[in-house]
Amino acid sequence: MATEQNPERILMGNEAIARGLIEAGVTLAASYPGTPASEILSALVAFAKETGAPLHAEWSVNEKVAYEVALANSYTGRRSAVSMKQVGLNVASDPFMRSAYLGVKGGLVVISADDPGPHSSQTEQDSRFFAMFAKVPVLDPSSPREAKEMVRRAFEISEKYELPVMLRPTTRVCHARQNVPLELTEALARPARFEKNPRRWCATPQHLRELHRLLNEKIRQLAAAEEFAPILTPGDGSHAGTCLIAAGVAFAHAWDVLMELGLLGRIDCYQVTLPYPLNRGFIRRIASEYQKVLVLEETYPVIETQLACAAVQGRGSQAVPNEGELTPEVIQAVLQRALSLTPRPAPGSPQGELTRPTLCAGCAHRAAFYAIRETFPHGIFPSDIGCYTLGVNLGAVDTCHCMGAGISQAAGFYHAYAAAGGDLPAIVATIGDSTFFHAGIPALINAVFQRARFILVILDNATTAMTGHQPTPELGLTAGGEPAPKVFIADLVRASGVRFLRECDPYDLKAFASHLKDADQYCRSEAGGVAVLIARHPCLLDKDASKTQPAYEMCVTEDCTGCRHCLDDFECPGLALNEATDQVVIDGERCSGCGFCVHVCPAGSITASPRERP
Amino acid sequence: MKQQIIVSGLGGQGALTLTRLLAEAAFAAHLPVLTSETHGMAQRGGTVISMVKVGPFRGPLILAGAADVGLFLTLKNLAIHGFYLKPEAARFVNSGTSGDYWHLDARTLAQQLGAPVVANLILLGYAVGRGALFCDPELMEKVITDWSPARFRESNFRAFGAGVEAARLAHP
Repeated sequence: MATEQNPERILMGNEAIARGLIEAGVTLAASYPGTPASEILSALVAFAKETGAPLHAEWSVNEKVAYEVALANSYTGRRSAVSMKQVGLNVASDPFMRSAYLGVKGGLVVISADDPGPHSSQTEQDSRFFAMFAKVPVLDPSSPREAKEMVRRAFEISEKYELPVMLRPTTRVCHARQNVPLELTEALARPARFEKNPRRWCATPQHLRELHRLLNEKIRQLAAAEEFAPILTPGDGSHAGTCLIAAGVAFAHAWDVLMELGLLGRIDCYQVTLPYPLNRGFIRRIASEYQKVLVLEETYPVIETQLACAAVQGRGSQAVPNEGELTPEVIQAVLQRALSLTPRPAPGSPQGELTRPTLCAGCAHRAAFYAIRETFPHGIFPSDIGCYTLGVNLGAVDTCHCMGAGISQAAGFYHAYAAAGGDLPAIVATIGDSTFFHAGIPALINAVFQRARFILVILDNATTAMTGHQPTPELGLTAGGEPAPKVFIADLVRASGVRFLRECDPYDLKAFASHLKDADQYCRSEAGGVAVLIARHPCLLDKDASKTQPAYEMCVTEDCTGCRHCLDDFECPGLALNEATDQVVIDGERCSGCGFCVHVCPAGSITASPRERP
Repeated sequence: MKQQIIVSGLGGQGALTLTRLLAEAAFAAHLPVLTSETHGMAQRGGTVISMVKVGPFRGPLILAGAADVGLFLTLKNLAIHGFYLKPEAARFVNSGTSGDYWHLDARTLAQQLGAPVVANLILLGYAVGRGALFCDPELMEKVITDWSPARFRESNFRAFGAGVEAARLAHP
């Protein structure tokens, strides 16, 4: 299949997007990590190194910042990209909305990766709806190969219409792998040239009505362009008057299901590649030529809404489930119903319980959570987004909302209880280091000067662990691995006006618990306020970090009473119950040998002896 | 050639590695391939499933009841993900317990090899050795050599070989 002239490679969807960006001559890419978009930027760095393409790639502190950095690069005429998960676009929505009015110069591709299901997100919102809201064109790829091809088209549209263009992959495109053809990279060699134009780049309200008119004109032109009309695979007339319209990976799944049902080539089937603005001729054609129209799209009815005619069935009309992923099973059931087919025997379903995810064995977050819950059994624990959300398993996470919300929620809880009078519960918020940089700083400043009183524990594991270990500003490393100035969390906390700050390794349970008690006293003292503890211990998935700490051979003695405290309240994967003896045993494969559980057993039956290193 | 394979396990057991190797093997055999993986929070020890579709498919997910082969890195997952398999599908399970599937105690074998993390490659070797997959042992050995990070190459290669050998011994 692969030849010298046309080599192919197995690429993950996110790698295919990165490859497309490099081939299109992108000169700046900014991102904040988030599943399912995280791998785009790291793959971009790798492809830039491989091809020698000059590129500024950055892990920005958040998506809004990333968007604005990429936008200004585009103002200078150079191709730019910003990538994020779908809820990242909520954070970047402010610059996103206005950039549609003001437009761009060098192509700007906005990659917003959706997560129907959702698998690893706080909503399953549809970025295409956001694009429609902002009046920004959006491309919807059905596979890694198509995603790469659409990056090229996105740049072309962006430069022709001087608009940002969204590429909206979903989890099943981002994390699919496929053989993808590689092309040569485009050497655009455009200088950076910012042409001043205050009426546009600094548009005051008096200019915005005209800019809005221009935007509407661009969208009208795009909706009329035949090159973006949906692609028809015609049927053989056996289902005349009926058609299927699908977009994104739902199209790919529908294709495979039609093949499985022997219906491929029997029914008119359209793939929509540009869901917004939907081709106007297509809208007219669907209304006039079909009596029955079934729309398959993830996750909200974007195409269906634009078609807006009585024959259309989809997520809005309840013909397709209104929520959740359109898996092949869901699509099969929808097709059987819509086309009045004899249903195939219902497929089975999962039997038995799924294993829930948990913090890794030896994770210092677990140690911190254990100390927090043991110290404040009746506390309120707002938390945040990251690996440490798994502290919910330990009863040490009561809320998880969006990036940075835990700190503001802690303040809100304080004001609620303080104003209501009566006993003030201990309020302990937790937030990871990367999330603190992302959205925690304004929340902390606000809490301090609004005179809130609570404990904030910043769980600093020196990395963005959940999404694959991207560096934080404190690490002093760029996305490309170059050294950079370090920005210290402790400095930021002090500068935010916090007057109680302690730093401690949560592995030292006694010291950490004692800091927690001091912090609680400070919160309740006359001059008290927000108390901050920085719980510092590197993520053990960092192999170098795990080598720097002592390792122990753990053992459970006969004294184990089977009380389950370590299993239920500490929940380390390195500890298991031997059902025959009703005693706890060490799982030698999963135990990291951190030694912390010695402090957890009420009967003192867990022991540690130094482990020999190979 | 059309073959649909599921790889089922817990986050950290190496389902992603097997998925990657199967994709590269299909590629080396000049077959079109699509895979789907679990990333994000579930990778922290939760139930995970990967899918590999070899042949002229468009979508990365396998329709329930359509998979030809299942590789189960833990016995518990047979009940959870078994519904993806055809009734006649070949099931390979990392387990010491026998049942209506091919079982191999890859975990114990891996410990004997001194590398507990390679149980996934032993199970892969067992399935390839049984002739259940689209590729033969020689092709997969080459893929493992090409795609394993240098520090794991030797142990991955040996683990895969141990699985192939177990298949040969069990069914001469």
